[in-house]
Amino acid sequence: MRNLIAIPVVIFSVILQSAVVSRITLLSGFADLPLIMLSAWALQEEVDSAWHWAIATGLLVGFVSGVIWVVPVIGYLAAVGLAKLLQRRVWQAPLLAMFSVTFLVTIFINILSFLVLRLMGVSVDIGDALGLVVLPAVLLNLLFAIPVYAVMRDLARWTYPVLEAE
Amino acid sequence: MRNSFSRTIQTTIIFLVVGGVMALALGGYFSSASNVFTGSLINLQSWFSTRFSALQDFFTAPRDIASLRQRNAELESDVSELQAQVIQLQQQVGETQILAALVDFSRANPENTYKAAAVIGRDPSPFLHYVIINRGSNDGILRGMPVVTDQGLVGRVDAVIADAARVQLITDPASSVNVRLQNAETEGSLVGSVTGDVILELIPQDVTVEPGDLALTSGLGGGYPPDLIVGQVVNVRSREFDLFQQATIQPVVDFNRLQIVLVIVNFKPVDISPLIPTP
Repeated sequence: MRNLIAIPVVIFSVILQSAVVSRITLLSGFADLPLIMLSAWALQEEVDSAWHWAIATGLLVGFVSGVIWVVPVIGYLAAVGLAKLLQRRVWQAPLLAMFSVTFLVTIFINILSFLVLRLMGVSVDIGDALGLVVLPAVLLNLLFAIPVYAVMRDLARWTYPVLEAE
Repeated sequence: MRNSFSRTIQTTIIFLVVGGVMALALGGYFSSASNVFTGSLINLQSWFSTRFSALQDFFTAPRDIASLRQRNAELESDVSELQAQVIQLQQQVGETQILAALVDFSRANPENTYKAAAVIGRDPSPFLHYVIINRGSNDGILRGMPVVTDQGLVGRVDAVIADAARVQLITDPASSVNVRLQNAETEGSLVGSVTGDVILELIPQDVTVEPGDLALTSGLGGGYPPDLIVGQVVNVRSREFDLFQQATIQPVVDFNRLQIVLVIVNFKPVDISPLIPTP
């Protein structure tokens, strides 16, 4: 039953991304709220449903976006995978893990988008993509990482109260 | 009789004495004595007045502060409400102006049938330039329909669901629009980019293109109706070793402030992809 919380949270994050965050641009880049949310959720120790969240979020973003659905699904699964990997290794510094996941996966998902667009025959200049899209997006994602991590930590404690009491 | 006479005399004398003293006092002859007397009176009155004021403040001031605070809170609440109303009204005025401009545009172009739609979102990927509008197949929107504002061309519908649609802007890197330059009498292909800049390509080298030339849709390819304003030439890049010239186009539509758009619902795009030979 506690997995049902994913439905409103994922939908809300995608709506917020499309309606608000996409308009807050730095050069030509903007933050990826669903990605940050998923990374923060997967880093919570008690959470065991992050993989489902990643697939649901990826499909929803793929539905809304013009980019093919494979890109967000793979990108968000990578975010959860990396978060789970780092959670076990740097469990004493969750914020460091959060920053690492955000930084690495933002670059990964943007490069993946770039490659898929090039594969589809869309002319995208690599210099523009790196300088005007990827790097500003990384910076904005890192800025959003701390507040989103705090919100998702509270949500995890609220969703898994028994485990925390133990 | 004698008694009454003597009383009259006494009264008269008393009046005269008092009157004389008053006259002398008014004339300033008793100033030092009167100063001491009046000074004492004033000090006494001041002492009473001060104590009374203090007592009055003690009993009334807390009530006043409480009432003033309450009143202040009420006024602040009123101000907040009025500010919210002002913002709401400003938004309504802005929307009304946009709608009025769109109505003027549709009246000026009666050959097309329009469906107005509000922009409710943007693409979650920074590499793509799409917007989401609040009209879909339930409103007669179909894939490929051109989207415009009163200023000019916005893009075309890329995907449709029941109550919403996704519009590919002309600034999208995958977008390609066939346009003609009004003054130069030549045609080219307008492509977008990741940064939102719009470039006009495939301009023949022998054509003179000047900054300020107007770019309009040519209608070639069947993707867009002809003669929709796209933008103006900002600068031209012409190199001898290139086959074609390039021109940077400044779109007439401000894509960052896109709020309401018009979908041309009576335009049926022609799919020419089967006619294009594949290698």
